[in-house]
Amino acid sequence: MTPGVRRGVNVLMSGLAAVAAGLVILPLLLIFGFLLWQGASAVNVDFFTHLPKPVGEVGGGMANAIVGSLILIALAAALGLPLGILGGVYLAESRDRHIPWLARFLADVLNGVPSIVIGIFAYTVMVLPMRRFSALAGAFALAVIMLPIVMRTSEELVRLVPASLREAALALGIPEWKVLLRVVLPAARAGIVTGSMVAIARVAGETAPLLFTAFGNRFWHQGLDQPIAALPLQIFAYAIAPYDDWHRQAWAGALVLIGLVFVVSLAARMATSGRFTGVR
Amino acid sequence: MSVVAAIPQSAQRAAPKNIGDRALRIVLKAAGLAIVLLVLAMAFEMVRTSVPSMRTFGWSFLVTSTWDPVAERFGAIPFVYGTLVSSFLALLIAVPLGLGAAIYLAELAPAGIRPPIAFLVELVAAVPSVIYGLWGIFVLAPLLRTYVQPALGKTLGYLPLFQGPPYGVGMLAAGIILAIMVVPYITAVSREVLLAVPNTQREAALALGATRWETTRIAVLRYGRSGLVGAILLGLGRALGETMAVTMVIGNRPEVAISLFAPGYTMASVIANEFTEATSEIYLSALIEIGLLLFVLTIVVNALARLLVWSVGGPVKTVRE
Amino acid sequence: MRTWLRAMVLVLTGWSWLVAPADAQMLMNGAGATFPYPIYSKWFDEYTKVDPEVRFNYQSIGSGGGIKQVTSRTVDFGATDGPMTDEQLKQAPGELLHIPTVLGAVVATYNLPGAPKLKFTGDVLADIFLGKITKWNDAKITALNPGATLPDQPIVVVHRSDGSGTTYIWVDYLSKISPEWQQKVGKGTSVNWPVGLGGKGNEGVSGQVKGQPGALGYVELAYAVKNNLPVASIKNANGKFVEPTIATTTAAATGAAKSMPDDFRVSLTNAPGDDAYPVASFTWLLVYRDQANEAKGRALAKFLWWMSHDGQKYADDLLYAPLPVPVVKQIEGKVKQITYQGKPLMAGR
Repeated sequence: MTPGVRRGVNVLMSGLAAVAAGLVILPLLLIFGFLLWQGASAVNVDFFTHLPKPVGEVGGGMANAIVGSLILIALAAALGLPLGILGGVYLAESRDRHIPWLARFLADVLNGVPSIVIGIFAYTVMVLPMRRFSALAGAFALAVIMLPIVMRTSEELVRLVPASLREAALALGIPEWKVLLRVVLPAARAGIVTGSMVAIARVAGETAPLLFTAFGNRFWHQGLDQPIAALPLQIFAYAIAPYDDWHRQAWAGALVLIGLVFVVSLAARMATSGRFTGVR
Repeated sequence: MSVVAAIPQSAQRAAPKNIGDRALRIVLKAAGLAIVLLVLAMAFEMVRTSVPSMRTFGWSFLVTSTWDPVAERFGAIPFVYGTLVSSFLALLIAVPLGLGAAIYLAELAPAGIRPPIAFLVELVAAVPSVIYGLWGIFVLAPLLRTYVQPALGKTLGYLPLFQGPPYGVGMLAAGIILAIMVVPYITAVSREVLLAVPNTQREAALALGATRWETTRIAVLRYGRSGLVGAILLGLGRALGETMAVTMVIGNRPEVAISLFAPGYTMASVIANEFTEATSEIYLSALIEIGLLLFVLTIVVNALARLLVWSVGGPVKTVRE
Repeated sequence: MRTWLRAMVLVLTGWSWLVAPADAQMLMNGAGATFPYPIYSKWFDEYTKVDPEVRFNYQSIGSGGGIKQVTSRTVDFGATDGPMTDEQLKQAPGELLHIPTVLGAVVATYNLPGAPKLKFTGDVLADIFLGKITKWNDAKITALNPGATLPDQPIVVVHRSDGSGTTYIWVDYLSKISPEWQQKVGKGTSVNWPVGLGGKGNEGVSGQVKGQPGALGYVELAYAVKNNLPVASIKNANGKFVEPTIATTTAAATGAAKSMPDDFRVSLTNAPGDDAYPVASFTWLLVYRDQANEAKGRALAKFLWWMSHDGQKYADDLLYAPLPVPVVKQIEGKVKQITYQGKPLMAGR
């Protein structure tokens, strides 16, 4: 092939690759644009403060679903973050022979399990024995989804803390457990927070496992052992219904949800830009 | 020389002598064991609740295509078929796009626009499934029904793939939505694989006078081949388990059909639709057995994927997606 | 970043606090049929004014779901339009009562240009749902509708993808009319559909029909009308083509009301009578005779009383037919039988 042809092929392939990248991003812009166009009009004060109206009546809002989602995320974080961070620290620090390898492998396995299967597990383990659908069951399912993400990012970040820092503290006579809690973890804090936020952004949008755990609620939650509304559940219910007003509200709900997810993802990104060493 | 370096290794790793250290070790080990127990418990529970169905239908469950709740005869074939076909269709679309985008981001793009584009790709992955489903019902399905499917029917209608009335919803819609959802994963992991290819490979090719594209083709892609296959498998793993968006556009019909225009059903969708109402023990057990199948399938695909990805550059960070 | 995070958390907590009410009410959870969901959601909304201490949270997941969840006792009450079979009743840990709430009609609704008013017979509908009639301009359909312009388009059948009492009523009717249907498919809340797309809930089916040109589905009357979907007349047992209305639905129940069985499980499909709409049905709430919780049991019994008396006035507006008076009397007797540990909860009315 002549140099000219080769250069031409180079330009062509670069162009195609650029087009591919563009096509990958295109749906994001299309969807976000569509959400804005359809949903922006429905996002008003009512939406954030009112309960859903009876079937067929126009108006009402998704206040309970938004609060419900926040509660579920907070609960899931309370369950999943401590366990995940401790697990990650274990994977990074442990001298044991077999358990860390097994734990790491199973964490990766768990990461790939479809969220609906996790929902089935939460149903058999929480809903049936408790004899009711509940926010706790929903939070449990979400926590299980969060766990591997938090574990693996915590592990990596703890590993990244420079050995010199650790050794300096040890040389000063500080016991190992204090070194871990007071020196290593604070150093890895920024990255762990980021990992947690990524995990939160992931579970904020989960619908499938909530279908038969949190169940949904037309009213305000009455306790953590009762069914609770959640934003993705409400969006799903409204989307497949025939009422136009519900469709509008579904778009509005989707806008709020995607806003929440994007803001958290953006914050997580900002936290890591340039400061990934984790050392403060 | 620093004081610290003088401390022997053995002293640093000796068994803890104080309560604090011992307590911490126990707590950490408990955390590590917790996840092991969790996953094992999940597997156990799923097998236990599938036993009634396994006992009743045996291996025929995997080859029967009836799904009849009235007669209580259940078979997994329509769902396995639907899951596999929609996923492969998704890969057909997503792999060229994903690899292309990854190559662009890792090799060919100007350095300045790499971070923002990579971030946008991450955002595509962050969009919740139910929102894709929403867009699928109200934008994609009508588009397919009004323009795309009739056009395909007219031009390629002699192929059994494109026959049948244009519903809009169906296998094609599911495949496209899945492709959109899976492509950012393929892009992200492929990009990391490509970045893990050592620069010496690239420099060698460039030194021989290759163009950028040729360098990519000869030195990078070939070297990272197994890792790229791993990335594709990871995308497959995601597609297999995707629930909400698919449920909203696939048409919910438990039947094996050749045409892409036909409605179908996937393993994840049938569980989502019918779980809360499986009125008999066998019905529920059959649904959970499908969940078990899905569980096993995704584990195998993901394990294979990770092995391949790691073979290129060591344990690549794949959990963030 | 930290302050920004902290600020966001404060704002969200503060807003949640302000917006959610401070007083705790007793929450009753129910699940089941989508058929009566419009009127149930109206009732539960109105009832918060009658008894501010109680909230009824109802999730419309389909009759199959209602039966399943009340049997597993994960909800306080269920709702179904397909009465439970004897085997299903045996599986419940206690005796379950069927309490009728309203009457509704399952209608054939469709999406055709011009929304013509069509007539069908049970045979033709069975053949369509069996996949034997596939086009709108099939001879059998045009024979029934000489005036209408029917396009040369395939019929997109839409059925339920979830366990549904509405399905039960529909296939119960088809089984009575078409021996082929009875043999090939049978009846139940979930059947092995020969053709068609699946929609989730009455909402899903009406949503599909509304969006899909050439679609034909079966939904409860309220769903079709509220979404401006056309509704077909169907030939009844007396040979007359009857439109689904409150009057024709009530007509279907007059015969059954006189000889209502004690457990209220009765089928109204293909009822005799010139004015009777052939695909009408009661819909029931499922409650345990012996309640596990006294306060909840009393709240439930009070609601059932209100529902069968004052609640009936909301039926008309939402296109459901109110319960016939003899049935209400029978319900009163039944509700008085709801007990907590042997003590009736509604004594002295």
